[in-house]
Amino acid sequence: MAEDKSNAEAYWQANLRLIAGCLVVWAAVSYGCAILLRPLLSGIPVGGTDLGFWFAQQGSILTFIGLIFFYAWKMNQLDKKFGLGE
Amino acid sequence: MSQFAINVLFVGASFALYIGIAIWAKAGSTKDFYVAGGGVHPITNGMAIGADWMSAASFISMAGLIAAGGYANSTFLMGWTGGYVLLAMLLAPYLRKFGKFTVPEFIGDRFYSKQARLVAVICLIVASVTYVIGQMAGAGVAFSRFLEVDATTGLIIAAVVVFFYAVLGGMKGITYTQVAQYIVLIIAYTIPAVFISLELTGNPLPPLGLFSEHTESGMPLLAKLNQVITELGFNEYTADVDNKLNMVLFTLSLMIGTAGLPHVIIRFFTVPKVADARWSAGWALVFIGLLYLTAPAVASMARLNLMTTIYPDGPTAEAIQYEERPNWVREWEVTGLIQYEDKNGDGRIQLYNDTEAFAPTAEARGWEGNELVVNRDILVLANPEIANLPGWVIGLIAAGGLAAALSTAAGLLLAISSAISHDLIKGSINPNISEKGELMAARISMSVAIVVATYLGANPPGFAAQVVALAFGIAAASLFPALMMGIFSKRVNNMGAIAGMLTGLGFTLVYIFVYKGWLFIPGTNNLADTPENWVLGISPLSIGAVGAMINFAVAFTVSKATAAPPQEIQELVESVRYPKGAGMAVDH
Repeated sequence: MAEDKSNAEAYWQANLRLIAGCLVVWAAVSYGCAILLRPLLSGIPVGGTDLGFWFAQQGSILTFIGLIFFYAWKMNQLDKKFGLGE
Repeated sequence: MSQFAINVLFVGASFALYIGIAIWAKAGSTKDFYVAGGGVHPITNGMAIGADWMSAASFISMAGLIAAGGYANSTFLMGWTGGYVLLAMLLAPYLRKFGKFTVPEFIGDRFYSKQARLVAVICLIVASVTYVIGQMAGAGVAFSRFLEVDATTGLIIAAVVVFFYAVLGGMKGITYTQVAQYIVLIIAYTIPAVFISLELTGNPLPPLGLFSEHTESGMPLLAKLNQVITELGFNEYTADVDNKLNMVLFTLSLMIGTAGLPHVIIRFFTVPKVADARWSAGWALVFIGLLYLTAPAVASMARLNLMTTIYPDGPTAEAIQYEERPNWVREWEVTGLIQYEDKNGDGRIQLYNDTEAFAPTAEARGWEGNELVVNRDILVLANPEIANLPGWVIGLIAAGGLAAALSTAAGLLLAISSAISHDLIKGSINPNISEKGELMAARISMSVAIVVATYLGANPPGFAAQVVALAFGIAAASLFPALMMGIFSKRVNNMGAIAGMLTGLGFTLVYIFVYKGWLFIPGTNNLADTPENWVLGISPLSIGAVGAMINFAVAFTVSKATAAPPQEIQELVESVRYPKGAGMAVDH
């Protein structure tokens, strides 16, 4: 029982670390590259405008899609590794 | 065949399909009704979520907003997609594991309090009803435009159709109908975009076309657009914004609101496994992304097309003669959504940005004011006509716009009816109600909600954008923090959750009402809704994010000062965190 509990706790901690990592990327592309850091990235040209504009209208959406699939795939691995899947 | 006949054919055929599916999938039990029997595949579910999520706002007005605002309105693109990341990681899998039918049910159980459940029901109903009014109004307008009937008749047709497939089918009917609706709306949205992208850039993929070369001028498309509109006094399309704080908070409000809207959350209860809830969120965003990646291309290309229509020889040459205006301008003029006034009496259409900075140029060219007003909401609907596409594409757009409005209305109505029949009646008023009685109550409350929404949709208080913002603000400031803390904190207790929801909701409503009028009644606002009056430059549309932060802070503080939740609640939180032993969504 005690072992179950520490196993479950380790699973949860691994999940929290994964979520934190994903959300850093989530914030970096949208609030970072697309909004706050846009002036810094203005030197990088993309199709008639700059990288910040690309992130705002395309890059962040593509990153979001990638992030969710990455998270789902990683969590499936964690479910198996800790034996807590269905 | 006339355009009217083509529209009737497309709209009629798509509706026959939806109603056919609703009858075929008729719900037999409360489980079928609320969670589609719990057996929907993640890809199917993702598609249904896509249709559910993309309303008339996404389909009809978003591209128009971006066309008008350029970079500044990218907030809608990021906000309405980024929320799915939060859903997939912070809410969906755990709520699926919890395995109940509704959002208030989770809040009531986790915070061991009937009051908390009741507060959640109120938040849910306010958010959903405000949202559904806009959808019904949108569907009514689209029906009346394409079927050439008056607005009230259009609204009643919309109400009857929603009634049939939502009330009879429940979640099971809605899920499969929404899959069909997704397919109709995405085809309708992308086909004209592909043609237009090919015409302007030679690239058949609109998202790539957006960053390609404009064939005619050899310049990048966006550079060409910037050049044309700045010649006419407009800001650059790609210009940066000064008020970054407001842009960040607005995006955040839309994201948190997306994750907190109950009609989206309940879709994750319909998949068989916890892992499927995660995949569903990913697939949903893929299907939503198809439209959201197309929208900015539609926006910039339509803006450029509009400008070249008005100034065929370039913005520095003469504008077209009013008598030579294209057919689509004539047709939309009839609806009043395009208005022309020949201010300088030269018989030409001068479209430009009437600002002080541009006044000397305008005077030198003999212009006496902007002469053409184009309602931005017609942009997507008029897009095929602007690009001279065949009549069947216009019929398709009609069917697509209606699919978007009706699928969202149905999803919202289901969330409202389950909150009333399941949380209010079964949870508080009459716990011994039979399954059959509950199903009946769900259908009756849905019918009542349709009548209310139809009535309010027929007499819209004239604030569609505010209503949508309010719905997102309420969901962001009230439901999302309670749900997230219920999963990620064992310490937040009943008192904390209730205090958090009430202050978050109250703060957000008060801030909106101060600028928009109390209960949106015109003239009752305390301050004019202009950037100079906003606290720290935060617009009422962006305040939901601040409301959410206040909700979190209050909930933690109050919880710290009061007793920790009982042992069995802490164990419940534990169990929600692990997929093992999930089983089907059950009713206790």
